[in-house]
Amino acid sequence: MILHPGVISLLIGSLLVTIMLCYSAYEGAIIARDWDINSGSERQLGLERKTYLVSTMMTYAMGFQLLSLFLFIATTDALSHLFIGAMCAAGSLNVNAFGYPTMLLKLANFVLGGIWLIVNAADNRGYDYPLIRIKYILLICLSPLLLTETLLQGFYLLNLSPNLITSCCSVIFAEDSRSFAAGLATLPRQPAQLAFILSAAAVLVLGIRFLRWRKGAVLFALAVLAFFAVSLASIVSFVSLYIYELPTHHCPFCILHAEYGYIGYPLYLTLLLGTISGTGVGALAPFGGIASLAAILPSIQRRLTLLTLLCFLVFLLLTGASIGLSNLDLSAY
Amino acid sequence: MSLIEKHRNIIDYTLSSLGRRKGKTFAVCLVYSFIIFLLASVVFFTQAIKREADLLLREAPEMTVQRLEAGRQTTVPAAYADGIGRIRGVQSVQKRLWGYYFDSLTGANYTVMVNASLNGREGQAIVGSGVLLRGAAEGESRKIQAGDSLPVKTYRGEALMLKVAGILPFASELETADLIQVSERDYRDIFNAEAGRYTDLALQVRNRKELATIATKIVRQYPDTRPILREDILRTYDAIFDWRGGLSIMTMAGALFAFIILAWDKATGLSAEEKKEIGILKAIGWETGDILQVKFWEGVSVSLTSFSIGIFAAYLHVFVGSSLLFEPVLKGWSVLYPDFRLTPHIDAYQLVSLLFITVLPYTVATIIPSWRSATIDPDSVMRA
Repeated sequence: MILHPGVISLLIGSLLVTIMLCYSAYEGAIIARDWDINSGSERQLGLERKTYLVSTMMTYAMGFQLLSLFLFIATTDALSHLFIGAMCAAGSLNVNAFGYPTMLLKLANFVLGGIWLIVNAADNRGYDYPLIRIKYILLICLSPLLLTETLLQGFYLLNLSPNLITSCCSVIFAEDSRSFAAGLATLPRQPAQLAFILSAAAVLVLGIRFLRWRKGAVLFALAVLAFFAVSLASIVSFVSLYIYELPTHHCPFCILHAEYGYIGYPLYLTLLLGTISGTGVGALAPFGGIASLAAILPSIQRRLTLLTLLCFLVFLLLTGASIGLSNLDLSAY
Repeated sequence: MSLIEKHRNIIDYTLSSLGRRKGKTFAVCLVYSFIIFLLASVVFFTQAIKREADLLLREAPEMTVQRLEAGRQTTVPAAYADGIGRIRGVQSVQKRLWGYYFDSLTGANYTVMVNASLNGREGQAIVGSGVLLRGAAEGESRKIQAGDSLPVKTYRGEALMLKVAGILPFASELETADLIQVSERDYRDIFNAEAGRYTDLALQVRNRKELATIATKIVRQYPDTRPILREDILRTYDAIFDWRGGLSIMTMAGALFAFIILAWDKATGLSAEEKKEIGILKAIGWETGDILQVKFWEGVSVSLTSFSIGIFAAYLHVFVGSSLLFEPVLKGWSVLYPDFRLTPHIDAYQLVSLLFITVLPYTVATIIPSWRSATIDPDSVMRA
């Protein structure tokens, strides 16, 4: 283990978030089981109070979860020079088998947690807690994922050992110093570009269709998810090349560095935020028929759709600007 | 009422309510700021000293070759340098002579190094600005000046007078403060060093990508040597400083826990007055969610104030006050090094890690107490 301040804060952070989540899931299970809105019993009043506690806890937990995703990447990045051959987070995540799974799970949990918060916010707006059972069952489903993430992250961080000077250095030299080469799979550029443009267009068309005619919320959410996946692949496949102005460098983490104006942070933030709000539109779609939500839901979905389109627009403008202003000309490749 | 307007009013109320409980708020903020100050000092100092080491080592040779004898470092014969110089890709091999000299008169440790430009000017030395000269009176010493004579006791027990020909420039203080540069003959006289043997070899390599291959070749040709790359030294320094910083943070975990218990206690122990206040708010139509928002903003203002104070104090402590409190533990280098100012550098990453170590535990500790106070039954409170 490396006693780095970032590692300590990640471990403390995920431990506390997990404790909050487990407690919320436990209370959530009780609420989901015993909830009876028509009852005026002491127990039901207690449960109604508890829902406030669970909502507050989850909001904080998800807020810190958001920060921890970036803290995790920044920490692995800061540790990269302790490992031979690692030059950024891509290398240090590869140091043991837990790095990339942790990273992917963190990403997935981040999106799922965001969707839960949207469902929770919608439920709080309805006067009779219309989604209470569903949202607590979702919470119970979410907790094993977060628990796994905490464990994987713990294994990853505790199993890191830096390549330091030992009494005989030749041990290190004997290894292939390129054994940590990232080896991120990259898609061929032209198909990736085509998919990127098509999925962006699909999100835009379906978003406007939903805003105009209130139809196809689920389809819109699916398009958003597709755009999310394609965008991540595109960053690796061709966007990064233009940012680095190097036809061979595909790293999705180096764009977070100061040399490239921290462009990665706004890119990933807008992409993630847009994805969460966009999938939230679809997640809320099945509840349109509930009486207490019928009046509120359309306005929530409308706002979420607008937020998604705005985030993706900023994302597209940023990628467009990085490609347009780049000195790299890939026409020969 | 718009959302922003609502929050503005809630913040307004929160601040005035915090102001009404000056003593309690002040106590929590004081301890909170102190904890953040301690942790931030460690993090800032660690980061700054790592940068300093990085800058210093940038000047270091790409590869240093040492020779080992029974697992301990020993001198390198000149023949090794010739052999290594013939390896393809090695641009130059510099035979270095350096060592540590303890001056019993002033009680200081100096680094003695050969400066080739002094060869032929035996008896002369160029020294760093931190080198001291024993004064005439008992226990008195002063900084050395050009033209002074520095008495050195050689390993044969003889006295050697070195005339100070110059003082090293002040700019690179950390590196040169304790340095004494002499000619090769004087060096061999002082340490009674065998001719034809050197402390270590410094290599310049044409292509950095070949470093590992060259190191492997050196070890194959001379199995008793140990090549050390500059990257290895940097990595080791970084790990050591990180480890020291991390260890200091761990030792402060006790203080952090004590603070969390204090925060929990302060948040739980609502006075009758506060309970009544919340009861009245609820009676006039505030919802549980609104009270929770008050509590949220209360946490934000307390955390933000303490965080800013703590970070500001730590900044002053580390970059202006030379880290008075931790310097000996974290630096762990020769005591002789004079006061040096670290280059101020704070980045968002350090701040976010500090946020995770301090604000997150505080927030978690106050969630349940705030929820308890927010769900107070107005009827029972006002009746009491």
